[in-house]
Amino acid sequence: MKSPAFAYARPESLDEAFQLLAEHEDAKIMAGGQSLLPVLALRLGSPELIVDISRISGLDTIDVDADGNLTIGAMVRHSAVEESDDVAVFAPLVAEAAPYIGHRAIRNRGTTVGSIAHADPAAEMPAVCLATDAVMIAQSPRGRREIPAAEFFVGFLETALEADEILIAVRFPAVPVGTTGSVVELSRRHGDYALVGLATRLLVANEVITDAALAFLSVGPTAVRVSEAEAVLVGERPSAELFNEAARVVSATLQPAADVHASANYRKHLAGVLTRRGLARAIARLDVSI
Amino acid sequence: MTDSTSQGVRVAIGGSTQIRCVVNGEAVIIETEVRRSLSDVIRQELGLTGTHLGCEHGVCGACTVLLDGEPVRSCLMLGVQADGTEITTIEGLADGDIYHPVQQAMHDSHGFQCAFCAPGFLMTTVALLERNPHPSEEEIRNELSGNLCRCTGYQSIIDGVTQAVVLIDAADNAITNATEAGNG
Repeated sequence: MKSPAFAYARPESLDEAFQLLAEHEDAKIMAGGQSLLPVLALRLGSPELIVDISRISGLDTIDVDADGNLTIGAMVRHSAVEESDDVAVFAPLVAEAAPYIGHRAIRNRGTTVGSIAHADPAAEMPAVCLATDAVMIAQSPRGRREIPAAEFFVGFLETALEADEILIAVRFPAVPVGTTGSVVELSRRHGDYALVGLATRLLVANEVITDAALAFLSVGPTAVRVSEAEAVLVGERPSAELFNEAARVVSATLQPAADVHASANYRKHLAGVLTRRGLARAIARLDVSI
Repeated sequence: MTDSTSQGVRVAIGGSTQIRCVVNGEAVIIETEVRRSLSDVIRQELGLTGTHLGCEHGVCGACTVLLDGEPVRSCLMLGVQADGTEITTIEGLADGDIYHPVQQAMHDSHGFQCAFCAPGFLMTTVALLERNPHPSEEEIRNELSGNLCRCTGYQSIIDGVTQAVVLIDAADNAITNATEAGNG
């Protein structure tokens, strides 16, 4: 379908964007538009004003600070993240997730931060943010606010952002030595939304898992970590038995919904399969034999 | 409708604005409603109806065009977002009566049946071979996975891409040989 009518603004500064948000109660920020335009085309939403932030300078950079924290600005497109050497080195889970996002034509327009702000539970980046303890950087006329990923995704397509805030960047914390991880998912075709997906992060010291994150996508209204299964892993040596137990806990804990693509039980089963697969892939990268 | 006194562009609800871009090598200035998709701008304002609209919400890939050389879905962009860009549509591929090698290869391989999806597959393939001149079959299938065809079962399209690689290599070799002969 054709989009409903809306007003359009393309500000050239954040201050101008904040002013537009203040003047319009029903304004929607657009970065790459790859989530917003389908919403408009399907008439699932009809904002009064679209604020196109693509021409605001300074939002399209990938920066690494002296401590190794990597920050991705609001206008950095998925394709740039996918091809960035800095992302590959300093935020390897983000780099691994990028090729799973849609198709190349989508990644050429869509942005990483836009995907996070959209908070689709079937998207990859929210799960990666949870797995890596990423920090969302929101700005408003009231100042700058940092929101941990664990507090950011509050519901289906719903985040902790206030109406006057713009998500201007996401920061992925430096990766300590001994960190490994993986991104695995199952979808019917390459580029389709995943039936279930998993971003895994492990910290291993002296062959013992000292920290674990298992963040799933497509299993509920938001991306979600399974702390019960993470607790199974921490303090233990990696082994096939341990991973089987973590998988069992994951399948028992998650409460995914059924839809036309998969039943709830099938999703629980797949989540267990991915747990074993994701953990094994992460550990294999450390060259630890199990 | 455009208020040019503010810093950026502002258009009222239901309003239109002017965009400037280069389409198939030609500079154009278009007055368009801001709610209009780039695909509708291409088809209706510019009359370039070779770009096809299947789903109109970013699933089928039929409307793929090249924006500054990279494939994008023209139904997932507003025309106004293309302001200041360079666009190549299916009409921009052939050189007069001479097919682009990708078009020739698809023709030779009987790549399409109804061909409604063809413009999207062709533009995606052109971009794929620019990026990766010798893709494996798996790479071809992955890169084309965002384009839907309801006729062929895809095998003839994959064959067409494989044939395009052969044609482009042959053309490159002919140029190299001609250059070397000239130097000799």
